[in-house]
Amino acid sequence: MAGISREEVANLARLARIQMSDEELDHLSGEMQVILSAVAKVQEVANSDVPPTSHPIPITNVTREDVVTKSLTVEQALSGAPKKSEDRFQVPQILGEE
Amino acid sequence: MSLLKKTATEQAQALAAKQISATELVQEHYAQIKAVDNEVKAFLYLDEKNALAQAATIDKKRAAGEKLSPLAGIPLALKDVMAQANVPTTCGSKILEGWRPPYDATLVTKLKANDVVILGKTNMDEFAMGSSTENSAFGPTHNPWDLTRIPGGSSGGSAAAVAAFEAPISIGTDTGGSIRQPAAVCGIVGVKPTYGSVSRYGLIAFSSSLDQAGPFARTVEDAAMVHAAIAGFDPKDSTSINSPVPDFVSAARKKDVKGLKIGVVKELSGDGYQTGVAEKFSQTLDLLVSLGAQIVEVSCPNFQYALAAYYLVAPSECSSNLARFDAMRYGLRVGDDGQRSAEEVMNLTRQAGFGREVKRRIILGTYALSSGYYDAYYGSAQKVRTLIKQDFDNAFKSADVLVSPTAPTTAFKIGEKANDPLAMYLNDIATIPVNMAGICGLSLPNGLASEDQLPSGFQIMAPAMADDRLYLVGGAIEAALKDKWGKPFWEFAPKLKGSKC
Repeated sequence: MAGISREEVANLARLARIQMSDEELDHLSGEMQVILSAVAKVQEVANSDVPPTSHPIPITNVTREDVVTKSLTVEQALSGAPKKSEDRFQVPQILGEE
Repeated sequence: MSLLKKTATEQAQALAAKQISATELVQEHYAQIKAVDNEVKAFLYLDEKNALAQAATIDKKRAAGEKLSPLAGIPLALKDVMAQANVPTTCGSKILEGWRPPYDATLVTKLKANDVVILGKTNMDEFAMGSSTENSAFGPTHNPWDLTRIPGGSSGGSAAAVAAFEAPISIGTDTGGSIRQPAAVCGIVGVKPTYGSVSRYGLIAFSSSLDQAGPFARTVEDAAMVHAAIAGFDPKDSTSINSPVPDFVSAARKKDVKGLKIGVVKELSGDGYQTGVAEKFSQTLDLLVSLGAQIVEVSCPNFQYALAAYYLVAPSECSSNLARFDAMRYGLRVGDDGQRSAEEVMNLTRQAGFGREVKRRIILGTYALSSGYYDAYYGSAQKVRTLIKQDFDNAFKSADVLVSPTAPTTAFKIGEKANDPLAMYLNDIATIPVNMAGICGLSLPNGLASEDQLPSGFQIMAPAMADDRLYLVGGAIEAALKDKWGKPFWEFAPKLKGSKC
């Protein structure tokens, strides 16, 4: 089966927005190899004639009447914010310096 | 007289008869928690002041002659995955340490409406990922039957609390076995309801198509009573089933399995199942026969792929669900020095805030969903899910319920499997198929394994929305075992040091 390289794991960590030390990457690359070869077992029976199931209950869109209901106050919504300013979440810079 | 060892049903009778007040009952449980929890470590947070205030209110209502819920004044332990307004809710993770949700989960709202007294929040594997509570960022919970062993997981704290008489009932969540497996290894009753039958609103999502909250109790009837209180349609959960809830409590009290067809799943036995667990399982089948049930063997050939499919579906969904922990709106934020970008802060926060198992699953899920690998991994797992559902559909054509051992072994030692993810994942081999198909399952204690004298669990599985069958069969087995032993199962448990009962 296809292996997974340390570089691939590093790229996945970047995509998943998790900083990883060299030690973490070394460790995880080894574990991923083992886990992936175990879970690859699903490919043995997954033929093209089997339909996929994404969810136990067949769901279509669930809607409700468009009426205003009670929601969180600004104070409640901001109650867990690491930083806030003037009734808003304060976040680190998103755009680099121009 | 101490009511700690009484069932919730008996405690409710004592409250109704005014033999004890809710305040006294709640105080007695806090005294037990303070006596034993320094070693069991089931709780992450005790909400003592609010719980006692609530108990006093319930006592006043009762004194005024108000009509109360049968659960009014009964103490309950709540898994820390459920949002409870203004009470610390960590999900066993550093990334949520100190967070107090601004709202109640629907399940919490329902418990409060029933005047259930929530004692505090219980320990769990971080984000419910694990089978031992060893993945909690706040240290493991210990099994009350043997403190050197795991209480199962991920709902290990909730299971241990009930087994240690710190609470008569508790709430857990079950994504791949996280209620049933801890119930089995702690020697109590645990129920994973039909997917969609108990609201997930306010349940911090791990794997949205699998997660389901349910009750722990020391008896089948107590579990039924809690289940009845938390079940039902919720417009706040788009996957909530809008159909009538069966009468669980009546089913639990019926204790009659004559003529019922009990299907033994051939694939959930054999290699990998501890001898003592297998012995207890076969003795329980004999017991069912003596009660007039009919045993049939059924085959579910695709169950052998369930574990592999689960470890693709659950990590895939978790990699998406846990993206919300981005250090912006709530929870931990690391490295925000005014210089670093939002993305750098996010990366550092998730490095510091997530534990090893959580990172492992996010990376695995990110891989399984990435272009080029999607069809081979996530897509294939979804197909296996179809096959597992078909296996269940076929099996339920010839049986009313299906049965198996709940967990392949009794409780193992803390640390024994901590460094071997695959060995750890095998604990859920018999419980995972139920989640994959969205049906329901119950575990109840069926004795002590001969080789280690630790609790063994018996799993009952029923079709979606037929959760009453779990209680029907579970109640009958429990009553017959109690007759056989001459005492309830928990009387076999060793007394914990300092225990008030």
